[in-house]
Amino acid sequence: MRSTSAVARESSTPVLAVVPSLAAAGVRGGNIRLSNRRRLLWLTVLLAALILVSLLSLAVGARSINLPTVADALLNFDPSNGDHAVVRSRIVRTVAGLLVGLSLGLAGTSMQGVARNPLADPGILGVNAGASLAVVAGIFLFGATSVSNYLWFAFLGSAIAAVVVYAVASLGRSGATPVKLALAGAAMAAGMGSLMSAMLVSSQDSLELFRRWQVGALAGKSWDAIVAVLPFVVVGALVLLGTGKLLNTLALGDDMARGLGQRPGMGRAISALGIVLLCGSATALAGPIAFIGLVVPHLLRGLVGPDYRWLLPLSLIAAPAILLLADVIGRVILLPGEVPAGILAAMLGAPVFIAVVRRGKQAEL
Amino acid sequence: MSVLQQQTTGAWVRQQRKAPRRRKTILTASLSLLVFALLAVNIVLGSYTVTIPDFLAMLGGKTIPGASFIVMENKFPQAVLGLLVGASFGVAGAIFQSMLRNPLASPDIIGISYGASATAVAAVVIFGVRGAGVSVAAIVGALAVAMLITALARGRGGSGLILIGIGAAAFMQSAVTFLLSRADINNAQEIMVWLTGSLNSATWERVAILAVALLLVLPFAAAGSRELHGLALGDDTASGLGFNVPRARLLLTIVGVLLAAFPTAAAGPIAFVAFLSGPIAKRLNGGAASMPLSALVGAAIVLAANFVGVNAIPGVSLPVGVVTGALGAPFLLWLLISSNRANQGG
Repeated sequence: MRSTSAVARESSTPVLAVVPSLAAAGVRGGNIRLSNRRRLLWLTVLLAALILVSLLSLAVGARSINLPTVADALLNFDPSNGDHAVVRSRIVRTVAGLLVGLSLGLAGTSMQGVARNPLADPGILGVNAGASLAVVAGIFLFGATSVSNYLWFAFLGSAIAAVVVYAVASLGRSGATPVKLALAGAAMAAGMGSLMSAMLVSSQDSLELFRRWQVGALAGKSWDAIVAVLPFVVVGALVLLGTGKLLNTLALGDDMARGLGQRPGMGRAISALGIVLLCGSATALAGPIAFIGLVVPHLLRGLVGPDYRWLLPLSLIAAPAILLLADVIGRVILLPGEVPAGILAAMLGAPVFIAVVRRGKQAEL
Repeated sequence: MSVLQQQTTGAWVRQQRKAPRRRKTILTASLSLLVFALLAVNIVLGSYTVTIPDFLAMLGGKTIPGASFIVMENKFPQAVLGLLVGASFGVAGAIFQSMLRNPLASPDIIGISYGASATAVAAVVIFGVRGAGVSVAAIVGALAVAMLITALARGRGGSGLILIGIGAAAFMQSAVTFLLSRADINNAQEIMVWLTGSLNSATWERVAILAVALLLVLPFAAAGSRELHGLALGDDTASGLGFNVPRARLLLTIVGVLLAAFPTAAAGPIAFVAFLSGPIAKRLNGGAASMPLSALVGAAIVLAANFVGVNAIPGVSLPVGVVTGALGAPFLLWLLISSNRANQGG
């Protein structure tokens, strides 16, 4: 008799655990109209911020140009005007920043959803390191020199790294916990780093090319490079933007997602494809840039809540704004030199990472 | 009858207690032998081979043209430096892993080695420091980062510390990347070799400095080994057993950081040696952590990796850190998988 009741108690526990979260969802459902207004407000604010930062990115630099002239240069370009030429050269850089930023932001948000993990980021999980190693191998072994060559190496490298890290971390009972994912990523990055230095210490030319690429700079990109990655960014972004509902159900756990008619394995595979396309493109274009993908979703969750149908499109807007802002700050912080956007992103992002760890409950980690 | 049973039980317990001790003695002896053999292999064999009688003659003070310089001024100090560096990293790893009760919490993973690298590179690139000043900068950096990480991770447990360490490591790595991109290309090449970890620049002077530094710190490590075994049982148990936990932690952290920083200053942050030595020694020793065994394993790893790096590809001498990094990463991944099964380590 006692044993039956124990069994009953045990079997009832999961149900009890689910009910409060459903109730909470119900309460949140009552506020949907209100928070939609709030979300639309933030959408407008972020869009305005993005446009403002883009204009700043055209105006600010070693030679500053006032905003009316920037507008003039955009609307009726005069080739003989020196200021207009400067603005024109900054357009490439700004577009590169927009593409890289939206790729990293979207990929980071999606990674956090797929891995159900607040610390997921292309840098922390070693995906960038995989792309870097592949690019270095491309430079050193196969003589790759342009972005359209790097691109395929970057795709291959980030795909392998993502699969290995996720597989290693998720083997075993407790699944892919943040600590295991971060450690697997760190192991991946360290191992890849060793192989990279094996190539770089023996070739000064490769080191010269590589160290300029590795800092994550947006400067000095060409339209050719942007055109080469553009199709992959578009496809990757479209794929990930369609996964909002899937990520929402994944957040409830795989069993729950299955019960709600989703296929978690398939969904993860599709998301992984999009993530690899975006991370590979961003890394090939601007080098490994960490922490943008980590910071943006955390920031947005604070603004609009945990609904991935909003988080994904908003990260598409917020991430490029932050990356461009980092780039603009980097241009003026150390005049006459520049601090590349990737370095500044890491300097600002690492403290956020540490804050997220400190805030998280130990049980979740 | 019960007396008889007690006697046999007592004998059985004694037997059981003796077995690990004997195992440890045999293990220590055989590891020492292995390290000695690897040392000899590094000195005598490889790109420039000398016979053992010739080597002994040179040790006795005889000068053999050509051979004397290469062996006595190059390969011999390299091998001895490798021995000291490996042993020091091994003990540092064992201290952190036991103290934080996590095989993944070695100083090269929680960012302490990166701290040393970042300050050393900053000293070279920004302030143009050379020689001993770089070592001082590395040691200061390692201590500063260790303090920062422990302060930030206060009350967050072992995994919180590891994660914060990884974040700090990423931060400092980007600083190194930036400094590297601004350095003169010849400097950059040199820094790159140091960052990878290499014994190539070994001199007797460097060996002597490291040896003296280790002689000063190792007694403290030996003195702390009882506390370490206490802390390995958990803070509550340790204080229940009468250890002064905060004091023991402070002492062991400082000793561990110094033991990680000295070899980093001498030969660069050779990847994964600190991380690998502890768990391997533990497994060999049947699950009990041991500082001397970790030291021997660390030395064996560095010497073996150095020999492989120098001789694997004819004509190309790879830094030792490339070999340890390339072999260590798969081991870390494997450890993650196997510790997942045992439901620990994360």
